[in-house]
Amino acid sequence: MILSALIIIAVLLFIVGTVVYKGLPSLSWDMITKLPGGGFYLGKEGGVLNAIIGSFYIVGGALLISILLSIPVVMYINFYLQKNSLFANITRFCFDILFGIPSIVFGAFGFALMVYLGIRASLMGGILTVAMLIMPIMMRSLDEVARMLPRDLPDALLSLGSTKFEMTRVIVRQIMPGVITAVILALGRGIGDAATVLFTAGYTDNIPTSLGQPAATLPLSIFFQLGSPIEEVQNRAYASAVILTIIILLLSFAARYFSSKYSKNKI
Amino acid sequence: MNYFRAVKDNAARQLMLGITIFGICFLVIIGISLFTKALPIIKEKNLWILLTTGDWRPFKGDFGFLPFILSTVYVSLIAIALALPLSLLTSIYLNTYSSSKVRKFFQPFIDVLSGIPSVIYGVWGTLTIVPFIAKYVAPRFVEYSSGYSMMAGGIVLAVMILPLLISILLEVFQAIPQEMTDASLQLGATKWQTIKKVMLKKSFPGIIAAIVLSVSRAFGETIAVLMVCGNFAQIPLNLFDSCYPLPALIANNYGEMMSMPSYESALMLAAFLLFLIIVLFNAISRITLVQIEKRFYM
Repeated sequence: MILSALIIIAVLLFIVGTVVYKGLPSLSWDMITKLPGGGFYLGKEGGVLNAIIGSFYIVGGALLISILLSIPVVMYINFYLQKNSLFANITRFCFDILFGIPSIVFGAFGFALMVYLGIRASLMGGILTVAMLIMPIMMRSLDEVARMLPRDLPDALLSLGSTKFEMTRVIVRQIMPGVITAVILALGRGIGDAATVLFTAGYTDNIPTSLGQPAATLPLSIFFQLGSPIEEVQNRAYASAVILTIIILLLSFAARYFSSKYSKNKI
Repeated sequence: MNYFRAVKDNAARQLMLGITIFGICFLVIIGISLFTKALPIIKEKNLWILLTTGDWRPFKGDFGFLPFILSTVYVSLIAIALALPLSLLTSIYLNTYSSSKVRKFFQPFIDVLSGIPSVIYGVWGTLTIVPFIAKYVAPRFVEYSSGYSMMAGGIVLAVMILPLLISILLEVFQAIPQEMTDASLQLGATKWQTIKKVMLKKSFPGIIAAIVLSVSRAFGETIAVLMVCGNFAQIPLNLFDSCYPLPALIANNYGEMMSMPSYESALMLAAFLLFLIIVLFNAISRITLVQIEKRFYM
């Protein structure tokens, strides 16, 4: 059994090791600070700044939407409804199922929706689809935090004469560390996902300047570069993979830091 | 002033209720819209024929989903067969044998493993698993394999579902009351006997639920399988044949086939099938998991 645990750790190290080993030689400062130049896909110079920025734009917008939608839901089912209410449990159940839906289905649905609304593949479409993907994650992890909150706090607020709405404003401030952890988790998931943005965000060599323009994303950039027959471009795909891995590792450590900080301050 | 506060409170309550209901309806909206998109092809051809024939020639109007469905099922089964023993042993170890220090040390690894994007798994798969299979494993069994095969897909997927499987299994094991295992140990059973006769028996529904959840995760994985499976529309006959799972089919062809309504509709049917299977699987296993929690925490 110890062996199986060790195997799992070894597999993780092996994955990260392989990617870093392959990608590190081609990783250069240019990769993260330059746009793809002319002939980039033939092995000439340039970087993947477009994809990095595009990824952050998309995930940033999606995070904003999903925070704005998930905080009200969490507040409603935890503090407006009675404890163990059926409706709250149904809501949790639905979001659990949404959490399980694969990103490719969201991608197909998002694309169908965009065709219906007449939006082309764009930053906007990417943001909307990724928002669908990460909203269940946000909602469920915020819900966990909200459930851990001692019931005395809302009770005290209500007995001081606040309305429930005023109460939620205090509670949101109280669970802020939890919100940050949830945001980081959702950020990691959103940044790494390729299938949702495959049809909805498009791909471009430039940094998008408006919501209607297509946007590049890091996972797709890796995927496309890897498909090239030219070795230099493939090496660059590995380097982009290293960039993505580093971003994910940093986010994971950040989430860990914030959640441990939070559990220390728990009342 | 107080009146104003009451109005504001009420408005906020209605708004929150509205958003919550929207969230719930969202699931239904996705299902219905995928279904309506898929409807033309179902009307045009018999659904049964679509699902059970193996000819995929979109430009002639033949849409047989069998190779894709079989590929998806096979790959997921390989993945779960590889991942289950590993994760079962690991989570038993973490739950019963190890100290809490080891558990704390192990947790970040699971977190990182679950956080790694699927495209990275895909890169890893093409760099290591695929050549390994092509060079060392496949020649022993078949004449030729490019390495981009069902087996590669299964291995990569197995690694991808490990973290999910372990974390659900840990939760399931933790839901077993301490008294129960204590009682067994007190009667003179060894740890291993207790695990076999008490823990595994008691948590059997939970283990099944965990398996079903991870299988449905494996069903939906796209980019990683797209990169290592080979994507050749045929019914895979052995482990080293290339295969073409449903999500890869959608990802590869979507956007190119806008000019052909029946093609688009067929791909939407693929998405709808995935959606339906996964919602069903998820619903069943979530209900089981909730029930387990209830039973033990009464």
